[in-house]
Amino acid sequence: MISYELAGISVLWIFLYGYLIVASIDFGAGFFALYARLTKQDHLINRLISRYLSPVWEITNVFFVFFFVGIIGFFPDTAYYYGSALLVPGSIAVILLAVRGSFYAFQNYGSKQNIIYLFLYGATGLLIPASLSVALTLSEGGFIIENSGTVTLAYWTLLTSPLSWSIVALAIVSVLFISSSFLAYYASRAEDQSALKLMRTYALFWSIPTIIAAFTAFVFLSQHNERHFHNMMDLWWLLGSSVAFFMIATWLLYYGRLYGLAFIFVMLQFLCAFFAYGIGQYPYILDPYITIQSGATNESMGIALVVAFIGGLCLLVPSLILVFRLFLFDAEYVKGKK
Amino acid sequence: MMIDTVMWSKWLTGMTLAFHTIFSTIGVGVPLMIAIAEFVGIRKKDHHYTLMAKRWSRGFIISVAVGVVTGTAIALQLALVWPKFMQIGGNVIALPLFMEVFAFFFEAIFLGIYLYTWGRFRNPYIHLLLTIPIVAGAGMSAVFITTVNGFMNQPGGFVMEAGQFTAVNPLEVMLNTATPSKVFHVLTSAYLTGAALLAGIAAYTILRRGVSAYSKKALKLMMTVVVAFSLLTSLAGDMSAKFLAEHQPEKLAAAEWHFETERGADLILLGWLNAENEILGAIHLPKALSFLAFGDFSAEVTGLEEFPPDEHPPLIVHYLFDFMVLSGMVILGIGLLYFLFLFWKKRNELNKWLLRSIVFSTFLAFLGIEFGWFYAELGRQPWIVRGYMRVEEAATTSPNVRILFFLFLLLYVVMGTMCVIVLRRLFHNNPPEVELNKLAQASIEKGEQL
Repeated sequence: MISYELAGISVLWIFLYGYLIVASIDFGAGFFALYARLTKQDHLINRLISRYLSPVWEITNVFFVFFFVGIIGFFPDTAYYYGSALLVPGSIAVILLAVRGSFYAFQNYGSKQNIIYLFLYGATGLLIPASLSVALTLSEGGFIIENSGTVTLAYWTLLTSPLSWSIVALAIVSVLFISSSFLAYYASRAEDQSALKLMRTYALFWSIPTIIAAFTAFVFLSQHNERHFHNMMDLWWLLGSSVAFFMIATWLLYYGRLYGLAFIFVMLQFLCAFFAYGIGQYPYILDPYITIQSGATNESMGIALVVAFIGGLCLLVPSLILVFRLFLFDAEYVKGKK
Repeated sequence: MMIDTVMWSKWLTGMTLAFHTIFSTIGVGVPLMIAIAEFVGIRKKDHHYTLMAKRWSRGFIISVAVGVVTGTAIALQLALVWPKFMQIGGNVIALPLFMEVFAFFFEAIFLGIYLYTWGRFRNPYIHLLLTIPIVAGAGMSAVFITTVNGFMNQPGGFVMEAGQFTAVNPLEVMLNTATPSKVFHVLTSAYLTGAALLAGIAAYTILRRGVSAYSKKALKLMMTVVVAFSLLTSLAGDMSAKFLAEHQPEKLAAAEWHFETERGADLILLGWLNAENEILGAIHLPKALSFLAFGDFSAEVTGLEEFPPDEHPPLIVHYLFDFMVLSGMVILGIGLLYFLFLFWKKRNELNKWLLRSIVFSTFLAFLGIEFGWFYAELGRQPWIVRGYMRVEEAATTSPNVRILFFLFLLLYVVMGTMCVIVLRRLFHNNPPEVELNKLAQASIEKGEQL
């Protein structure tokens, strides 16, 4: 019987991974829609993007709130430390999310297309992952100062840290890589050759910086937090599989076949890396203030949350499958015939 | 300095909630109206109602977008602006918060499906069935989040030990004594407001463009719902007042400016206070407060003087309370007048003044919601968790909160304005008649009969 706090963090980590994938597709799509418009290639991909995004953009947003509410519920101390420290960057992320979500709806369901809406939607797609990744950097420790009951963020240390910038860079390029490889797959489902060609180029283009940024972030992590680095080195097989999955994915993309499989390998690549990172951080949630054991909520609430998790998943998983069958895997819909 | 930060924290949260409330009320109320219209459309085989459901859901999705993003904002602000509260209170309210997100998740999934599957199923009832998870999800998320608010007003289901909530019973926390009356009041008023909004739009369209079969049907359908939910909301309000009298007497006393404990207490409408807290220029209804609070004209009502001065809610809540009740009554009155005119053949229910009052009652409905929430929230000051944690203990200590207030203010102004512009554009050049013509054209081409 594993402890409820370990069950809690595992489920939350899976959810965060889920958010990472769906949000990357969404954020990247916004950027590509804008970029294609600026380079006058929007006629190739905009329809594709809006067909995928329209039914699912809300779901993406809920994933995030879900993780966020879950971690505060399981580990209330995170609310205190991260909440106090992240007031400014967190609020900026909220504002960006708000601008992005509302302007997506204005652009898509409103009667008039507007380049300003598209710009806000596209630009925020890169700024949000950058601002959200700050939380990940903070968890490494050394950026939060607790002084006589007041928690503050060491802005200068954060802004001058190569680790924080390498994580930001990794977040942005991963978003673009995940998104373009998914959209390439979606275009191939839609049998939309011109869109496929464009998205495949983007995917191949962004694969290189993704792997470089991943290695750079890893190197800076080794300088910043040795414990975490060594833990991750012990999980070498996970990191190794991640690199292997990456190579298979790019190989498939390069030879332009089996786009669905290529995307699955991209997902596996991030799954392995993400879990190596997460498991390596154990037992800390915020080094050195919060560990999984010290920060956990009381047992009755923890168990109630796990039960709610399971009950909720029984409701959500079939609904998500329904969405996927109706919009993602329904060839007729994808091709625009429904 | 310290007080300043607390004040700005209150303002920031108050502003975000006030803005979010507009859209969350639409989010809870309107799906039911869409479902009703679609159902009537299928039953009566009247494509006017089906078009209503379509047009309403098109507008609805825009307001949902704003509701979603402001909801995300408030979820994050809870931790960002009130870190101490979430650290301690998170142990207690995590379950309902979490279930609220689940309910919302559920709704979001089916809303996406609903919007993109018009005409995709052969049997129209299958598409109608999709509204059930949407209405249920929206309603349930309101229920869960209201239990959190209920807890903050009426904490229970835990033991306080050395500044920590221990021995938590999550279900007891959710089913606190404040929950039933609050949930009932929140749901009925949201449905009332959703219907009032759509009735107001129909009335406005008739005023601007003249009577059409579509608008007339929309108006009648929604006015029926308005009257039904006005009655239920009044009932819920009465339940809430009785609850307050029993469990939160200081809130009711502040709302009624009832300072001295007495039997047969008067109900005081409007008026103002002088420097010695004497009431001037108010309308007194003899013994009505006792009756409202306990159903007995000579019951004893606890006065504010029974509570230490540093636990008094601000006395301005009196006006909020009065205006909330007043707006509910006026909406009910206008609704009844509409049906009186409708059934009394000599009168025209579509006369200009009545239509104008129906448009006016839309604004009243939203104002009533805002007044009600401001009353509920200001009325439990100075507590954030009543009896356990004061607001100033919970707020962030970061002075940046002042700048953020203005940043968020700007965001809401821009978002609100854009939302109105987009909605106007969506419907202004595309009246229902044009859409009906298009539909008719399309089916003639297909060789079908409408």
